[in-house]
Amino acid sequence: MPELGEVLEGKEICICAGSGGVGKTTTSAAIATGMAASGLKVCVLTIDPAKRLADSLGLEELGNEARRVDPALFERQGVEMEGELWAMMLDPKATFDELVARQAPDEESRDRVLENRIYQQISNALAGSQEYMAMEKLFELHTEGDYDLLVLDTPPTRNALDFLDAPKRLTQFIEGRSLRVFMKPTGLAAKVAGRGTSVALGVLKRIVGFDLLADLAEFFNAFSGMVDGFQARAKRVNKLLADPSTCFLVVCGPQGEPVEEAVYFHRKLVEAKLPFGGVIVNKVHYPAEKLRGDGAVDLPEALAEKLEDADLAQRVAANFSDYQALAERDARNIDHLASELRTKGVIRVPYLDEDVHDLAGLAEINRYLFATGEERVAMAAGRA
Amino acid sequence: MACGLEIPLRGYSDGGRVFLPACEIARNCPIPELLDKRLVIVTGKGGVGKTTVAVALGLRAAAEGKRTIVCEVSSQENASRIFDHTAVGFHEVEMEENLWSISIDPDESMREYVLLQLKVRAMRDLLFRSRIFNYLAAATPGLKELVTIGKIWELAQLDRKVKQGRKYDLVIVDAPATGHGVGFLETPRTFAAIARVGPIHSQAQRLDAFITDQEQTGTAIVALPEEMPVNETAALEKDLRDEVGVAVDRIYLNGLYPERFSKPECERLTQLAETEQGSVRAAARAAVSEHERARSQRAQLARLRRRVETPVKTLPFLFEPELGPEAARRLSRRLS
Repeated sequence: MPELGEVLEGKEICICAGSGGVGKTTTSAAIATGMAASGLKVCVLTIDPAKRLADSLGLEELGNEARRVDPALFERQGVEMEGELWAMMLDPKATFDELVARQAPDEESRDRVLENRIYQQISNALAGSQEYMAMEKLFELHTEGDYDLLVLDTPPTRNALDFLDAPKRLTQFIEGRSLRVFMKPTGLAAKVAGRGTSVALGVLKRIVGFDLLADLAEFFNAFSGMVDGFQARAKRVNKLLADPSTCFLVVCGPQGEPVEEAVYFHRKLVEAKLPFGGVIVNKVHYPAEKLRGDGAVDLPEALAEKLEDADLAQRVAANFSDYQALAERDARNIDHLASELRTKGVIRVPYLDEDVHDLAGLAEINRYLFATGEERVAMAAGRA
Repeated sequence: MACGLEIPLRGYSDGGRVFLPACEIARNCPIPELLDKRLVIVTGKGGVGKTTVAVALGLRAAAEGKRTIVCEVSSQENASRIFDHTAVGFHEVEMEENLWSISIDPDESMREYVLLQLKVRAMRDLLFRSRIFNYLAAATPGLKELVTIGKIWELAQLDRKVKQGRKYDLVIVDAPATGHGVGFLETPRTFAAIARVGPIHSQAQRLDAFITDQEQTGTAIVALPEEMPVNETAALEKDLRDEVGVAVDRIYLNGLYPERFSKPECERLTQLAETEQGSVRAAARAAVSEHERARSQRAQLARLRRRVETPVKTLPFLFEPELGPEAARRLSRRLS
């Protein structure tokens, strides 16, 4: 495995993707810290309000504006910060509002959307809007060009596919041929108002209700001046994601389900021709020792002899056997992952004794993420 | 219900009774136990074990003789996988005695809804073929979530209109991972507000009333004993209660390690790890690790209990490679 520093060499965007609960936010923060330490100006974008992580970065609250993390905090942890680390938490609603303001041809169109009742209700909760707004903010920051590297912690999606489809799904409802149905003078908006005689529309009115249909038509209509702008921008966002200066890292856990999802997600990346950089497996139970060599040793007996306490020896042995079973499962799953992805490039981060939520923890994680191959082997052997 | 006007005041050793205003009575009246409700929503962050808990609750209810169905709302089929069953899709399939499973597909739910609304076949065909209908169905934000909740409601009805619909005593929903709190459960209210009048408005209002009826509908939050999940669980409890207005009946803290070693034992093992080699050293260090994790988890458990109002129940970490029906059954016996 080339070390993570090499994988990210010359990259401008690093996207950490994976299912929920696998430690994406922590991994993103650790990567951003490591790259900033090596001299880059890095901004990490998160959507998860991981409060304590914000606290630990010395940021009382993360907002829709990037804030710089105080370098003195890193020095206290023994991390030499040669570059700069910035962090921000995405506010999907504010980003959506900004986007509308930017795309609107004039103030009137802008206000018509922003003040639309349906827009106000859905701009926060709209399916896919978090994902899309994350891409949008990424695109905006990249265009402004203030940072050497942007690290995106993607929102937790149950299905990895949702994330890649987000721009498409979101623009679907405000774009293209179908919307023009609403906008033509003879389109749905007019038809709903009663001039049309379509039977289908009559049926639709019956089950949806006239008022809602009219409101929806007005909502879609309000976006009418922005269709082309939205489409063009979505295209540029997609182009940026496929650019060789972008790197997708798949983050997962060592259990069967997250590993299967990582395999699936990798396949989708390849299909979409998006640049895959590597896979990071968090919370791995390392095999404590290569025990097959001294299988002759009766562990409970050896322990009992040393501890002079048969009961304690039994419990220590039972715990060890449980732990080994998990370590073996993890090793099997990671082998499977590596062969499915046709890579040896699996970065393993061990299951640490304390869960990671502060700078000290990030520094610890970084030792594994940015270690060279030999260092990693040495660290694994030294653990547990 | 015999929830008279006299409520025993907690903390009085003489069993003193006192008159309370109506709102206090509502708060103190015993609500039916979790599995006695019609609908239980299992929610929480991704990767915390929601599906496992939903299935375990289902097994428990089924064992008590309740006809129970576990609903998944993504196409992942994690529940049927626990039973080593093939994907069930949009069908009510029996997994075990009294326990069914379904994977709710929004498009199928929408079709079913329209079929129930329009009795005339020609009208339905006309609608399904119409470009406007298909466009609105695909493009209207939140509609998928709304029809999904509509299907859940339909499953919980005692007089189901769906052909060959079974009656269930209990519907358990494995809710989508909460990215930002409570969006999914708020969908009916959002729609009721968007559609001020008309059929969608009244349907959405009926769904919202069902979800927020604390006698009929309960929620269980699944969490992990770690710093960030504990914070998020406390925030979720508050949002569910204050913003959605549902009853939060249980918090299941999942994956709790056993406390196998005492502190003095751990000190001895630390020493042993320093002086020994090979498997004895490795086993001693694994024990110290386990002790540290168990201790840090207990601290998180205590922190969670301080921060939430809901009773917190713990579920043990299962030391087995992958979860099957036997593990889920064992877990179901630990639920309370």
